[in-house]
Amino acid sequence: MMFLAAVPGFSGDQTSLNPVGPGASHIEHTFALIFWITAVVYIIVMAVLVISIWRRHHSLDTMPDPQPTSAESDQRAQRMVAVAIGVTTVLLFTMMISSFAASRAIATMNYEQALTIHVFGHEWWWEVQYPSDQAWKSVVTANEIHVPVGVTIRIHGTSRDVIHSFWAPNVQGKRDLLPGYDTDLMLKVDQPGRYRGQCAEYCGEQHAHMAFYIVAQSQDDFNHWLQGQQKSAPPPATPQTLHGQQVFLTHACVMCHTIRGTTAGSRVGPDLTHLASRTTIAAGMLPNNTANLAGWILNAQNIKPGCRMPPNGLSGSDLQDLVAYLETLQ
Amino acid sequence: MTASTIVTPVELTESDRRHADRLEEVWKEPAGFLGWFKAVHHTTIGKRYMVTAFVFFALAGLLAGAMRLQLAFPEAHILSNDKYNQFFTVHGSTMMFLFAVPMMFEALSVYLVPLMVGTRNIAFPRLNAYSYYLYLFGGMMLWIAFFCNTGADRGWFSYVPLAGPDYGPGKRPDFWAQMITFTEVSALAVAVEIVVTVFRLRAPGMSLNRIPIFVWGQVVVAFMVIFALPGVVLSSTMLLIDRTCGTQFFNPAAGGDVLLYQHLFWWFGHPEVYIIFIPGTAIVSTIVTTFSRRHMFGYLMVVLALVATGFMAFGLWVHHMFATGIPQIAESYFTAASMTIAIPTGAQVFCWIVTLATGKVVLKPPLWWVIGFFFVFIMGGMTGIFLASVPVDLQVHDTYFVVAHFHYVLIGGAVFPLFGALSYWFPKITGRMLNATLDQVSFWLFFIGFNTTFFPMHLVGLRGMPRRVYTYQPGMGWTVLNQVESFGYVLLFLSVCIMLWNVYRSARHGTIAGSNPWNAGTLEWATTSPPPSYNFLYLPTVNGREALWDAAPNQPIVVGLHDDVRSFLTTRILDAEPDGHEEFPSPTMWPFWAAVSTGAAFVGSIFTPWGITFGAIPIAITMIGWFWPERQPAERRRAREIWQSE
Repeated sequence: MMFLAAVPGFSGDQTSLNPVGPGASHIEHTFALIFWITAVVYIIVMAVLVISIWRRHHSLDTMPDPQPTSAESDQRAQRMVAVAIGVTTVLLFTMMISSFAASRAIATMNYEQALTIHVFGHEWWWEVQYPSDQAWKSVVTANEIHVPVGVTIRIHGTSRDVIHSFWAPNVQGKRDLLPGYDTDLMLKVDQPGRYRGQCAEYCGEQHAHMAFYIVAQSQDDFNHWLQGQQKSAPPPATPQTLHGQQVFLTHACVMCHTIRGTTAGSRVGPDLTHLASRTTIAAGMLPNNTANLAGWILNAQNIKPGCRMPPNGLSGSDLQDLVAYLETLQ
Repeated sequence: MTASTIVTPVELTESDRRHADRLEEVWKEPAGFLGWFKAVHHTTIGKRYMVTAFVFFALAGLLAGAMRLQLAFPEAHILSNDKYNQFFTVHGSTMMFLFAVPMMFEALSVYLVPLMVGTRNIAFPRLNAYSYYLYLFGGMMLWIAFFCNTGADRGWFSYVPLAGPDYGPGKRPDFWAQMITFTEVSALAVAVEIVVTVFRLRAPGMSLNRIPIFVWGQVVVAFMVIFALPGVVLSSTMLLIDRTCGTQFFNPAAGGDVLLYQHLFWWFGHPEVYIIFIPGTAIVSTIVTTFSRRHMFGYLMVVLALVATGFMAFGLWVHHMFATGIPQIAESYFTAASMTIAIPTGAQVFCWIVTLATGKVVLKPPLWWVIGFFFVFIMGGMTGIFLASVPVDLQVHDTYFVVAHFHYVLIGGAVFPLFGALSYWFPKITGRMLNATLDQVSFWLFFIGFNTTFFPMHLVGLRGMPRRVYTYQPGMGWTVLNQVESFGYVLLFLSVCIMLWNVYRSARHGTIAGSNPWNAGTLEWATTSPPPSYNFLYLPTVNGREALWDAAPNQPIVVGLHDDVRSFLTTRILDAEPDGHEEFPSPTMWPFWAAVSTGAAFVGSIFTPWGITFGAIPIAITMIGWFWPERQPAERRRAREIWQSE
């Protein structure tokens, strides 16, 4: 089915037509079956329609008197209609059973062996938690979900505010995150890579900018990444970053964000303990670099109007030091 | 065949002329500025519905243009996110609640059904006037709020908690919810009128198995309106009192449930789709019959398919909620139900094709629009199968694939037949023919423009573009397709402009149509074009499914009804045997005042719950005026009682 997506310059990292896991590929097989059946049926029906009109049409200016109908021809037509309805029913059942089979295959993915990741939808970003029995080992991050390749993942999700929908089409179909409900979505990624996902349920002002990435990597790389994330933020090593930390802790930043290892512990906005290890900011909207980070801190409302991050009137040197500090949070 | 006596002759005899004058005296709409607010005849109200619904269609279409401009470029800043969210919400809400249902159901059935069943007015004509004013006020309220930057911005289904008190500040969702209330009341009123008109006011001889398919379609829709709208009455009212009175129906923190809203909304929302397109299929059956020059093949099957669709439409709503994590066994049931509904629709398609294939097809503009309907609507039906399958739906739900699907279904199933209906019934409404060449031009522009706009949406959806995003990032592979879509909008815009010009010109300079320009078989063609204020000089009787084609050489007419009062004949439900006569109420201003006070109560309740309490007082006063009995000469009252007791 990739021909439907074929286009130069299209990376295909957010499409249901380029599956990289069993969930999306089961769906793609059902999709292909329905596509071919409906395409063929559509062409046949339209051809019959056009041929019938072509054969029976008259270019008359006046409307002729109504034609009597013959019982025999109507009876013949009745039989044809009955056959057509029969064929329709059989085809519908074929597609239905294929659909049930795909649902079943997805539903029987192994719960027991699965790695659990918690995902919480927020207006307009994703909170990601890797729970652990020992509190110090659990990891909180945002908008980038690292997963080991070939391991069944259980996304255990809910919403912190309005309804969002978790959707990374290359990996798996979508699942709504509803306030008041916990939902489980099973998925597995078979190929290493970065796959983009996006909120699929309209959630207000910045619904368009609520993306995330699934980063699939080998088990070793994943373990390494996870161990890195479990650490607290390193203490500032230079006077500049030390001042940056002071700026962070004495301005509005501390009201919403957490940096483990400091006194900042609020859970309103994304956890910034390892901000510099993430490749994007603002929920997949901007590459994580100095300029974007500075612009975002100064006035996020210019970049993502309506988002929850207030403008911050920092002096030039304060801003420079703050960004320098944030960039040490590997 | 057209020589039967049920057709109003061109040359009237002296006694006919006196009869016509007396009828005109009794039935004419009141004159003057105030008369405009007193009118109760179904053709007057029907035309107002048509014009108003078309204005809303055009307005919502312009919003679509602005959205297409914004989406033609990635990260464009033509519309802000706040404006865009209002634009798409008002576009969707207007198209669904202020255009599609009022046009396909209310406008067409109010104007055509009484003519097609052969009676002088719609049942409950004052209620009909009231329903129109409520619809008008509801639509105006939404749009005035929109022009004041208080446009609804939570999507046309305003899910909670996004539209709830915590996440939908201001009054935007309240205006949306009350617009729903206005249109609900209006549609319910018309539904009741249509059911009674069709079941009790049919021409003698029009037994159930001779009712025109168009009328059958509108009756099925009327029943669907009666059963579906209570769902949205509940959801929008609960939303409103969550917002204004502090109830917690949808607040999960207080034990409320966000999914309850979705169930209630889609209980209405899915049948709504069929409410919109069943009139479309009924138009298609009418046009196919007339332009194949034969009786509809499989009349019984088509009628049963309409009824079956009406029932099954209530068993599908959960397929809008597959992604919410409903238990799998329940989802499977709704997959099966959603696929099964393709069978009655398929049966109708096969019957149309057989009718065309065995008839003598005359290719006139109305039939071109119907051919467009076939190509577009059936494509929409095919993509519907993707959405019925749970796993596939989980990939395409809430993406541009769905946007493409429902525009194929709704524009294909409603707008194409509607433009066919315009070209088919325009001569009846105005007395003049629509210019066929311009009609052809607008058809081809519309057909090509439509497919250019909406076909690429399937692809862009499969490439991962979610719906309702005010912008997207470059490098997603969506830009070129979006630009093609935006170009298609230009063609659609031109097509509608040409059509408007055509209507404007043809209404003044078109060729005179005569009473039956298409040599069609249903009763609206038995009277002059446009119909007189009393519809028929003599009420007709019916001898077959196509009343004019099947009329006997001396098909009788109904005589003996008073022509000095607004009297009409009632008939029995099954066989349409006459069983009494009644009088229609006279024109009056009370329905207008009742609608004004109802509107004041609804708008007031946006700002304070007391709006309903105090608003009830003027409503009660105007309703008392409305139902105040009229004086009747004693002998006429006695005569009627004697007639009815016999």
